[in-house]
Amino acid sequence: MKRFLFVCLVIATLGIVPAFGQKTDITLWTFQELHLTFYQKMAEKWNAAHPKEMINLKGEVFPYDDMHNKLLISLQSGVGAPDISDIEISKFANYLQGDIQLAPLNDLIDPEKDKFVQSRLDLYKKDGKYYGLDFHVGAEVMYYNMDIMKAAGVDIDKIKTWGDYIKAGQQVVAKTGKPMTTIEVTEHWSYYPLLNMAGSDVVDSNGRVTLDDPINVKVLQLLKDMIYKYKIAIPTPGGFHHNEQYYGFMNDGGAASIWMPMWYMGRFTDYMTDLSGKIAVRPMPKFDGSDVVYNIKSPYTSAGMGGTGTAVIKTSKNLALAKKFLYFCKGSKEGTIATWTDLGFDPLRWDVWSDPAMKAPNKFTKFFVNKENIFDVLLQVKDGFNTTNVGGKYPAVIDAIKHTVMYKVLVEQSKTPEQALKEAAAELRK
Amino acid sequence: MKASSYYHSQKLVPYVFVLPFLISIAVFYVYPIIGTIIMSFQQVVPGQTHFIGLANYKRVISSDFLTALKNSSIYTLLTILILVPGPIILAVLLSKGPSHMNNALRAAFFIPSLVSVVVAGTLFRLMFAANGKAVVNAMLAWFGLKPVDWILGGARQAMFLMVLVAVWRWTGVNIIYFLAGLQAIPEDLYDAAAIDGAGPLNKFFHITLPLLRPTIIFVTTISIFGGFAMFEESYVLWQGVSPNNFGLTIVWLIYQKGFQLGDMGTASAIGLVLMVIVFTLSLSVLNLFGFFKREE
Repeated sequence: MKRFLFVCLVIATLGIVPAFGQKTDITLWTFQELHLTFYQKMAEKWNAAHPKEMINLKGEVFPYDDMHNKLLISLQSGVGAPDISDIEISKFANYLQGDIQLAPLNDLIDPEKDKFVQSRLDLYKKDGKYYGLDFHVGAEVMYYNMDIMKAAGVDIDKIKTWGDYIKAGQQVVAKTGKPMTTIEVTEHWSYYPLLNMAGSDVVDSNGRVTLDDPINVKVLQLLKDMIYKYKIAIPTPGGFHHNEQYYGFMNDGGAASIWMPMWYMGRFTDYMTDLSGKIAVRPMPKFDGSDVVYNIKSPYTSAGMGGTGTAVIKTSKNLALAKKFLYFCKGSKEGTIATWTDLGFDPLRWDVWSDPAMKAPNKFTKFFVNKENIFDVLLQVKDGFNTTNVGGKYPAVIDAIKHTVMYKVLVEQSKTPEQALKEAAAELRK
Repeated sequence: MKASSYYHSQKLVPYVFVLPFLISIAVFYVYPIIGTIIMSFQQVVPGQTHFIGLANYKRVISSDFLTALKNSSIYTLLTILILVPGPIILAVLLSKGPSHMNNALRAAFFIPSLVSVVVAGTLFRLMFAANGKAVVNAMLAWFGLKPVDWILGGARQAMFLMVLVAVWRWTGVNIIYFLAGLQAIPEDLYDAAAIDGAGPLNKFFHITLPLLRPTIIFVTTISIFGGFAMFEESYVLWQGVSPNNFGLTIVWLIYQKGFQLGDMGTASAIGLVLMVIVFTLSLSVLNLFGFFKREE
C-alpha cells in the first residue's frame, strides 16, 4: 500500500510541475532562417503575454528539400514529426493526400475570416478546412535599379505595359550595355507570375494539368522574345534568383530590374547590401492586348506568389497550444504586423494595411528608394489579383517547369514554347 | 539435456555467432526489399495504403525515366572505361617505384575517397562556376580560352563533371584493389619471364593482366553497382535542380518520385526495375569474363 501511495505521489508531482510556470516544448521545422528568427521573436512576445502557457520554442532550420522530405516521411510513417512546420506552397498538395495529417485551423480562423485576404487562405483549404496559414500576400512587383535607370534616362513611372517595359529595356541596353532584366531558367519565378497575371494557371481548380494553355504558350514566347528578339534580358546567372552567383551579379549592378514577389525585399537587404538606396519598388507592367504580348489583355495588376503555409501536425502532443501559438504568430493583428516590420512581407490581414505601423521606418524603408511608401505599391494593386490553384498535380507541374521546360525553351532553344509545354503536359497527365 | 550442454553444443554455437549478421541482413536488407516489392503494387499516402495492381509499373516508363536511364548508363560505361585501366596502370607504377614515394602517392590518391560527397560536390560546383573568376575558367583564360558554363551549359559538360568527380573520388580506391591483386602474383613468374627474355610490356600483358582478372571482374562489378547507384554527386552539383535533367540519374529519379513528390509506389517500382537492370547487366558481364566457366 505504501508503495502504491508513493507511486501515486510521483505521478501527481510529475503532472503538477509543468503547471507552475514551466515551459512547454514546442518543436518547429522551417527551411528559411529568417522565418525561424521571426518565430523566436514571436515566442518571446507570446511568453510575455501568456505567463500561464509559456512555451519553449525548439526551432530547426533544414535545407528546403530536406525539410519537406523529412516531414513527408514522418507523416507517412507516423513518427518523428514536429508540432509545427512550415510547408512551402509548391509542396503543400503533397501533404493533403490520404488521411490528412495536418490539424484544421478553422476554430481560430473562422471568427476573423473576413479580415484576411481570402484567396491566400483558400490556398491551404481542402473540403472547407484550412490546414495552413501563410506569411504574406506575395504581391508580384518590379524592382528597378535607379542608378542604371538614371544613366539610361528612363522614367520608371511611365512604364505601364509590357510594351513600355521592353522599350525602356532597349534604351537601357543601348545606353548602359547592361541587360534590363534576368529570366530564371531553372526555377519558375519569372514565368509563373506572368502567366498568372495574364489570366492563366498551370492547374485548374480540380488540380488537373493546364500547363499547355494557349496563354501560357504566349507568355513563354514573350520571355523568349525578351532574350532573343528584343535582347533586353539574359538567362539568370546561376539559373535562378536565389543563388550566390546571382546575388553577386545583381549586387554589382548587373541588371537594371527584376520582377519578384514583395517578399524578395528581404533578399536585397540581406544578400545585396551594396544596392541600399538604389532600388525602387513599382507595380508590374500590364498585359494590355498589344502585339508585343500577343494580344493578351488581362485586368490583373499583380499576382499572389509563393507562400509558406505553416501547419500544425495532428499528432502533436500539445495540439491546442501549438495551434494557438501559430495563430498568434501568423494570424493575429500583432503577428501579421510583425511579418511586415521584421520580414518585409505584405501582411495576410488587410485590416492591418492601414495601421500606422506600416508607415513606420524599418530596415526595408531604409533600404528602398520608396521609403515609407513601399506599402502604397501594394495598395495600388490590391484589387487586381488572379487566383492561383495549387492542388493536385501542382507540385509535379512546377517541377516540370523547373527541370525541363524553361531550359529547353530559353537556353537550349531545342523546343518552341508550344512544343515544350505540350510535351511536359502530356507527360504530367499520364 | 542440461542447460550447460547447450553452451557447448557444436551444432548451436556457430549459429549464435552468425546471428548478429543474419539479423542485420534481415532488418536492413530482406525487410526493406520485401517492403519495396509490396509498395510497388500500392498507392502510399499518409495514413492509407491500397493495392492498385500494376499501375505503378505502367508509370515507370516516362521520358524522365529514359533520360535517367541514359544518363546512368553513359555514366557507368565511362567510369568503367576510365576507372579500370587507369588505376591498373597507376597500381603497376606504384608497385615499382621507391617505397617512400609510393606511400605518399598512394595516400594522395586515396584521400579524395575520404572527403564527404557533399563537400566535394560543393567544391566542384564553385570551381566550375560559369563566371570568369572561378578557378577552372580562370585557368582556361590563361590559355586564351573562353569561359565555359560547366554547370548549366549542356549535357556534355554535365556528364564531364559527373565523371570527373567519380574519377577524382574512386581512382585511389581502385588502386588499392589492384595493388592487392598485384601482391598476389608470385614474383617467380616475372623472374622466369625475364630469363626467357620478356620485356616490361610483355610481362604486363602476359602475366600481370591475366592474373589480375579476378580483381578486374570485381572492380567492374562494383563499378556497375556504383555507377547505377550514383545520386549524391549530381544532386549536390546541381543543388537539386539540374536543368533539362542533364544530371538526372535513376536513383535521383527514385528520390524525386518517392521523397520529393511523395509517390512511394512509383519510386518502389522504379527501384525494382533498376534492380533487374543491374542484376542482368552484372550477370552478363560476369559471363563475358568467363566467371561461371570452370577453371581449366
